[in-house]
Amino acid sequence: MQAEQISIFLENRAGRISDVTGILSDAGVNIRALALADTSDFGVLRLIVDKNEKAEQALKNGGFTVRKTPVVAVGVDDRPGGLHNILEILKKTGINVEYMYAFIQQSGNKAIMIFKFDQPEQAINALEKNQVTVINGVDLYTL
Amino acid sequence: MIYDIEYETMPREALEAIQLKRLQTVLSKVYATVPFYRKKFGEAAILPGDIKRLEDLRSLPFTTKQDLRDNYPFGMFAMPMESVVRIHASSGTTGQPTVVGYTARDINTWAQLMARALSAGGASRGDIIHNAYGYGLFTGGLGVHYGAEKLGASVIPVSGGNTRRQVTIMKDFKPTILTATPSYSLHLAEAAEEMGVSFADLHFKSGIFGAEPWSEDMRQEIERKLHLNAIDIYGLSEIIGPGVSIECLEAKNGLHLFEDHFIPEIIDPDTGEVLPYGETGELVITTITKEAFPVIRYRTRDITSLNPEPCVCGRTHARMKKVSGRTDDMLIIRGVNVFPSQIESILMQVEGVAPHYQLIVEREDKLDTLTVMVEVSEQMFSDEVKALQRTGDTIAAEIKDYLGVTAKVKLVEPKTIQRSEGKAARVIDKRKI
Repeated sequence: MQAEQISIFLENRAGRISDVTGILSDAGVNIRALALADTSDFGVLRLIVDKNEKAEQALKNGGFTVRKTPVVAVGVDDRPGGLHNILEILKKTGINVEYMYAFIQQSGNKAIMIFKFDQPEQAINALEKNQVTVINGVDLYTL
Repeated sequence: MIYDIEYETMPREALEAIQLKRLQTVLSKVYATVPFYRKKFGEAAILPGDIKRLEDLRSLPFTTKQDLRDNYPFGMFAMPMESVVRIHASSGTTGQPTVVGYTARDINTWAQLMARALSAGGASRGDIIHNAYGYGLFTGGLGVHYGAEKLGASVIPVSGGNTRRQVTIMKDFKPTILTATPSYSLHLAEAAEEMGVSFADLHFKSGIFGAEPWSEDMRQEIERKLHLNAIDIYGLSEIIGPGVSIECLEAKNGLHLFEDHFIPEIIDPDTGEVLPYGETGELVITTITKEAFPVIRYRTRDITSLNPEPCVCGRTHARMKKVSGRTDDMLIIRGVNVFPSQIESILMQVEGVAPHYQLIVEREDKLDTLTVMVEVSEQMFSDEVKALQRTGDTIAAEIKDYLGVTAKVKLVEPKTIQRSEGKAARVIDKRKI
């Protein structure tokens, strides 16, 4: 039920992100969602792409430190309170959100949020019990 | 002023006669009491009685820092622990610092030598000495301290750190002599300026600076900014601590080495051959008066040359040139000795860290800074920023804990650190001493 995210370690210097997008472009990989976490010295670039294996290989060949991270893609009602509802469910079960970011495409009439949970299995259970849609990785990449 | 006129101005023939006598005594002593030396002399097929002239010293084997590490902690002491009244140590990874010991007589000898050094720098019993060398296992602080008390001067044991408070003390207690590392003295000058205190209004007449290398240019800068006469002092804990040699105010051209207590030699670091006066090479020292921890032909790894010409100050002890470098890769960061290999072993202990690192040493605001660049490998890479930061913090904490140096850890991408043929360029020292 989980989706794979590509995480890339980047030093904080000019042009590094464009080096990444260049490699992915040459490999024919399409980026579906992106988030960048930064500190003063380095950053972690997080991507949802349509071809995980190809992306990982191309980036590693290009000299990047890459890791595949399991994340959960959740369907959010596209109206005020949509996200709040989901976070309330998680709060009740005591599950911690490490980070989250939005996915570009919609799924039907729902917006999509990518979540990294410290306990992904429990999070998926809790959400599905509360009628929240969790989107499969396989479906996610080609939305 | 000369503290010990009899010994410091002794004619060379008399000095050499005393050296030979003391050398023969210490050789018999270590042969009898230190298993390490008994074994080493045996391997070289030499007995103490074979040393009949000073030149025969060169037939004896060298002692190295590794020998001290191999005999950690007290294996090379020549006296039982009941007679040892002081222990000092230099930094090292666990289990491997260099440990030295002193009997009561050694402490007195050391104090005498430091009194000589302070005198050479212009101090006498009427002076107030501001001692900013670190107190503790490091020999600098206590070395100056006991020398000052032996001299009869008033010593303020400020130690290192608390810079702003030091400036206030200098303003209020009006010390006349400053003892500190050269870089720290410039740092004090900057702090004083920020506090609106001018060194021109303070009362220092001279400063005795050491524990790290410093150039003539730096001397000019210190004298200009601190309005005092800047003198170089040299020493190392394996020999005694500070007080092995000292510049004289009169000449400020080479450091007089106390040859009635230490026999110096200059060797070619690759062949071990003893070089004549005037030639540059590695300084080797034999202690001829220390009781608890005598060393025979100890390789200091410091590069210098010896000059026996008479000096205008009247001292007859040979002068060594200001130390110009080392034969090994040891760094001195804010007065603390650091070997790149120590950083390497610390990195190896942190999970997942690959041995691809580089040390960048710089000087910012007059203080040394150490940046450790570590490549982020696959195993080390966590998707979470906080985990990466924690790894960086752990490395910095371990370095601080084991070596006593504050380092900034910078995580970098793989292959960023140059791979060179053979020995990797582990250290980039950007300081202009």
